[in-house]
Amino acid sequence: MKVRVHVSLKPGVLDPQGRAIQHSLEGLGFSGVHDVRAGKLIELEVDDSVTDDALDDMCRKLLANMVIENYRIERIAA
Amino acid sequence: MSAFRSAVITFPGSNCDRDMADALEKVSGNAPFRVWHGDAELPERLDFIALPGGFSYGDYLRCGAIASRSPVMRAIVEAAGRGVPVLGVCNGFQVLTESGLLPGALLRNSAIRFVCREIALSVANSQSLFTSGYEAGQQIMMPVAHHDGNYYADDATLDRLEGEGRIAFRYAEQVNGSVRDIAGILNEAGNVLGMMPHPERAIEPAQGGSDGRVLFESAVKGLVSA
Repeated sequence: MKVRVHVSLKPGVLDPQGRAIQHSLEGLGFSGVHDVRAGKLIELEVDDSVTDDALDDMCRKLLANMVIENYRIERIAA
Repeated sequence: MSAFRSAVITFPGSNCDRDMADALEKVSGNAPFRVWHGDAELPERLDFIALPGGFSYGDYLRCGAIASRSPVMRAIVEAAGRGVPVLGVCNGFQVLTESGLLPGALLRNSAIRFVCREIALSVANSQSLFTSGYEAGQQIMMPVAHHDGNYYADDATLDRLEGEGRIAFRYAEQVNGSVRDIAGILNEAGNVLGMMPHPERAIEPAQGGSDGRVLFESAVKGLVSA
């Protein structure tokens, strides 16, 4: 099955890339964009037997840096 | 006097490992062991371990993230726990934070630009194994070359680092947006130092300055006389 891990910067952690994207949107004439935060989407193809706990462990040990990032795990039915 | 036994670790994508080895050999008189990331064991009785700069694993996922999970890092975490001095420079600093040996994280530079120039630093702690040859508050020059050197930690961690004298170096000018101008920090026991500036690129006048040499001299002297 497919698993999507959404990794985002924690609130309060400065995101220079998000800010640059926001400025670029402004430059293109889009108004009303107050904030932009850039994150990561990691897609895993895993056996159905892989447990939620194991996925959680993967996120904590490698996929996200818990000092600066949050993560959300989403299982996608095949 | 017994030989100074040091090791320089090379990850795929390290590019300052030769400079680091050269600096250690010139200052200590002994060539360091060169250790590959896949090695599960370190040479015995090491006095000093250096994690060099570069772009290990192409900075994939996060800078230093993949390298910090490599086999040799388990041995380094164990050695650091026993008190073996560990120096991480630039990507080596990122590997140290990713491995949990040092707190915080290194984010993209605030101006989103790669910064490659000589910068002024001030010595915040002149009592550590790595910095005893400097004067407190001394201003020194070292090169930086990084895209992700913007140090971040939460306020409680920063207060603790400051309270315990664990900030080794601060930027004396605006470089990358690091919180509280932090350029280098020590672990709680004082035997692990991570820093973004490159002391190994400032060990002799031919490199444009030798302020970095003092760091290696401090460590060699501290360890040989210990």
